Amino acid sequence: MPQTHQVKLGNLAAIVRSKNAGPYRLTFDVLFDRDENYQAVSKSGVLNSKSVANAYGIDVDKISSFFEIPIARAFKVTMFRPHAQCSSGETDVYGAQQHVPLMNMLIPVSTTIKGYDDV
Amino acid sequence: MKQIRILAPTGMLGAGFSLDALARGMAMRPDAIAVDGGSTDPGPYHLGSGTPLYSDEIIKRELRSILPAARSMGIPFIVGSAGGAGTNSQVDCVGRLVHEVAAEFGLHFKLAKVYADIPKERVIAAIERNEVRDFEAGFDLSKEDVQACSGLVAQMGDEPIRQALDKGADVVIAGRACDDSAIASFAIWKGANEALSIHMGKILECGAFSAEPFGMDVMIGVVDDSGFTLEPGSTARRASLKSVAAHSLYERENPFEQHGPGRVLDLSNCVFEQVDERRVRVSGTRGKHTDDYWIKLEGAKPVGYRSITLAGVRCPTLISRIDTVLEQVSEATRKRVEDPSLRIVCRKYGMNAVMRELEVEKRFPHEVGLLMETTASTQDAAYDACNAMGGKLLHAAYEGQKNTSGNIAFPYSPRVQNIGMQYEFAAYHLMKVESACECFPIVIEEV
Repeated sequence: MPQTHQVKLGNLAAIVRSKNAGPYRLTFDVLFDRDENYQAVSKSGVLNSKSVANAYGIDVDKISSFFEIPIARAFKVTMFRPHAQCSSGETDVYGAQQHVPLMNMLIPVSTTIKGYDDV
Repeated sequence: MKQIRILAPTGMLGAGFSLDALARGMAMRPDAIAVDGGSTDPGPYHLGSGTPLYSDEIIKRELRSILPAARSMGIPFIVGSAGGAGTNSQVDCVGRLVHEVAAEFGLHFKLAKVYADIPKERVIAAIERNEVRDFEAGFDLSKEDVQACSGLVAQMGDEPIRQALDKGADVVIAGRACDDSAIASFAIWKGANEALSIHMGKILECGAFSAEPFGMDVMIGVVDDSGFTLEPGSTARRASLKSVAAHSLYERENPFEQHGPGRVLDLSNCVFEQVDERRVRVSGTRGKHTDDYWIKLEGAKPVGYRSITLAGVRCPTLISRIDTVLEQVSEATRKRVEDPSLRIVCRKYGMNAVMRELEVEKRFPHEVGLLMETTASTQDAAYDACNAMGGKLLHAAYEGQKNTSGNIAFPYSPRVQNIGMQYEFAAYHLMKVESACECFPIVIEEV
């Protein structure tokens, strides 16, 4: 049984980002350039609608969709925006700075996977 | 079928591109130049107010590069979602700039303006016929919502732009258009595969955002019978599997389905190939027309005039009580400016101002940036409230206070800025139409 350690998703992926998908939804992309890192995250099974909802402290029914896209070595998760883009008190016109809780999610991967050391 | 080459100079007209990349792209002999001119991404302001996203001078600077290049090769130039939101007044604005630049260069051609404002009566009649449904707004569109809109457009498909090309247009300035359709319209008009053209349009509409390094710059797409090939104009960029795949996910929800006016694309069988160092080929895109033709409505309504004031807090005695003190100050402000329309929002940069309820980090920072905003039915009321708010916070007394001479650091005099009428989205719904072109009238002008 290989040993595992916890690595931040942001240290395994090449890109973790958030963006508007229209005025009412936020979409998050996780993309990998190292296939072994993508495979490790995929096989860990811990990246899913429920875990992302937990990372943001929201109910899982606020997640509108979750996709794994092997051809792009990517995961994509979309949530209903808590408040419509530019409604009173809303904070992020482009939805581009909502990614950090996703980036900080801990993923159990084999100790042979070292990850980056950048976030 | 022969290849059709489309050059997208940038991701949004006004966002800029390099002249070298344009020259190199033009040397590849494109069959048309097409560029996206807008989006809902910058928010509802440009739709609600009609104010263009970029200044006239910035748009003219780009037209001075693109128009003479297109005319010298005798190829069409197409702009979708002109002016930022693609309202009629924004189409007319970009149309006027086209006339001015053409006059500077002594160019003559046929200009088509394709309008996308939707009359309120048209939408209300559709609501009465049960032909409007929610897209993603989360509410049913009411007649009152429609009446409240100061800007109301719909996204056209490629058909109205093709109709303009049928009429002999050399330059097409289109109002709100589905991004991919505006870029794909010429290729479809020339008989290219519709699904491939639309998929290529979706990637080209962001210019060189699908390249690496990504940026607002020239991107070229070449569509043929079995696929399309992407190449950036600048030799400092390349299209890679990673950059194109990443872009295929960008600012959209479903990576395998792409909905647009009257159609849906199936991307689940797409194949991406690295043709050479700088080019990526995409194939396998499928598409079909939908039984009914629905267009997406976008509406924005005014919500009041706003004033803002920016201030920094450094003292830990206030940072630890900031919510309580802001609540007191808001209360006192409401008593001072008794306007029932008044709304107060305090943003505490350093303390959850970016993510609000999605924030999970709870540590206290050593300083906080406060952005206090007031919104009211008149600019004067908003100004008075914002000014009162700043003054009252500056001299608020609170438990545990050490510094009694002033609680906040204002960077500016005057401390209050009036930022004018504000808008919110009021419609983001689908409306059924009988034909793709019925809501998008075309006006032809000789330049």
